[in-house]
Amino acid sequence: MELNNKNIGWSVTEMAQKVAMDINDGAYVNLGIGMPELVAGFIPEGREVIYHTENGLLGMGKTANIGTEDPELVNAGKKYVTAIPGAAYFHHADSFAMIRGGHIDICVLGAYQVSEEGDIANWSTGNSNDIPAVGGAMDLVAGVKTIFVITKHSTKSGESKIVKQCTYPLTGKNVVSRIYSNLAIIDVINKELVVRELAPEVTFKYLQQNTEAKLSLAKEGS
Amino acid sequence: MINKIYKSAKEAVADIFDGATVMISGFGEAGSPIELIHALVDQGAKNLTIVSNNAGSGHVGLAALIENKQVRKIFCSFPRTAISVVFPELYRKGEIELELVPQGTLAERIRAAGAGIPAFFTQTSVNTPLAEGKDKRVFNDKTYVLEHAIEADFSFVKCSASDKYGNLIYNKTARNFGPIMCMAAKTTIVQAKNILDVGEIDPECVITPGIFVKRVVEITNPADESKLVEEKRRYPWN
Repeated sequence: MELNNKNIGWSVTEMAQKVAMDINDGAYVNLGIGMPELVAGFIPEGREVIYHTENGLLGMGKTANIGTEDPELVNAGKKYVTAIPGAAYFHHADSFAMIRGGHIDICVLGAYQVSEEGDIANWSTGNSNDIPAVGGAMDLVAGVKTIFVITKHSTKSGESKIVKQCTYPLTGKNVVSRIYSNLAIIDVINKELVVRELAPEVTFKYLQQNTEAKLSLAKEGS
Repeated sequence: MINKIYKSAKEAVADIFDGATVMISGFGEAGSPIELIHALVDQGAKNLTIVSNNAGSGHVGLAALIENKQVRKIFCSFPRTAISVVFPELYRKGEIELELVPQGTLAERIRAAGAGIPAFFTQTSVNTPLAEGKDKRVFNDKTYVLEHAIEADFSFVKCSASDKYGNLIYNKTARNFGPIMCMAAKTTIVQAKNILDVGEIDPECVITPGIFVKRVVEITNPADESKLVEEKRRYPWN
């Protein structure tokens, strides 16, 4: 396997921009904690997107400015946020009915691993010394119509995060629609990984060499 | 005459017994009824089963209750946070039992109890370790897992205002588990920032109808959990 050249591919910001381009006008969107939160900053002008945060707010606005934080207005990551005009608060059973009931259009999540079949592992590394914690991850992947994953292509130690089979405990099976990595955008179609777009200077050969799972290239115009 | 107002948190929690199941509202500190929890620390009931989304921060609130060795088991979706120190220590020593429940399943198990539904099927957690050993059933070619209602003896809930009938309104995302926990317990104990006269809450705006509430205590200036954690405070107060 070639050494992973860290200088090629998209930056995290560019990855978030790529995801944002695929969020349609009028979508109800849930953004996971961490890298997915960046996506909100890049929604193209003219599109209106409503953010759901599963602790009980539809119409989440920007992070609260210093000095205006309200401990009773937080997002799912327990960060202080704001609510837009037209926002709504609700209790947890309603919030997860929105998720489980298929009312949320898109969820963007980070991941430890994604498999060829669109399985995702993003809640536990299986390390017995870790305190188990799951939050809403399993509800989101089971209920939201479209699951996008935004992730570095490989771990810090250079292992592919896009794998034949997840070795970490699963969050959900056959649920991921599209992966946005620093090297490529990859669709999960009928349990196969189809490369939709390569980052600049990344060849398909290089991508495959740095990916444990088997990839194929999308046909022109598909 | 109906009057659900109690004079103090101490009186409102006096009859909580050893071995009781107690639901505690809140998502992190938002909506956490910290004064009621501290009253339960003072009261001292032991072998409690707690139902709460998180497992407390620092050494106050739910973390203080756990640190005081009053909790045998906790139902929780996310017991791990950067400032959660008490639960991880006891969990690693095997001194507290954890039932890890996906957040939406936790919410629905609580709601189901309040609505008289003993169990329900959900797709959440299917094909994951959290579905192991549970009954499954296929509907329309999709597999679902059977989840049981969680009933409680007591619920502790924080809200922004109540009247003497226990009609409640909440504040922003502090609402979270409050309304469903009110429904799921035999005795729901609420700490309200304000107690209003009957009629002052517009019936169209009532979030929790008073039928789900047994006791209300006015706590005008509830403590700010994150501040207490930052100041390294402990309960009982150091």
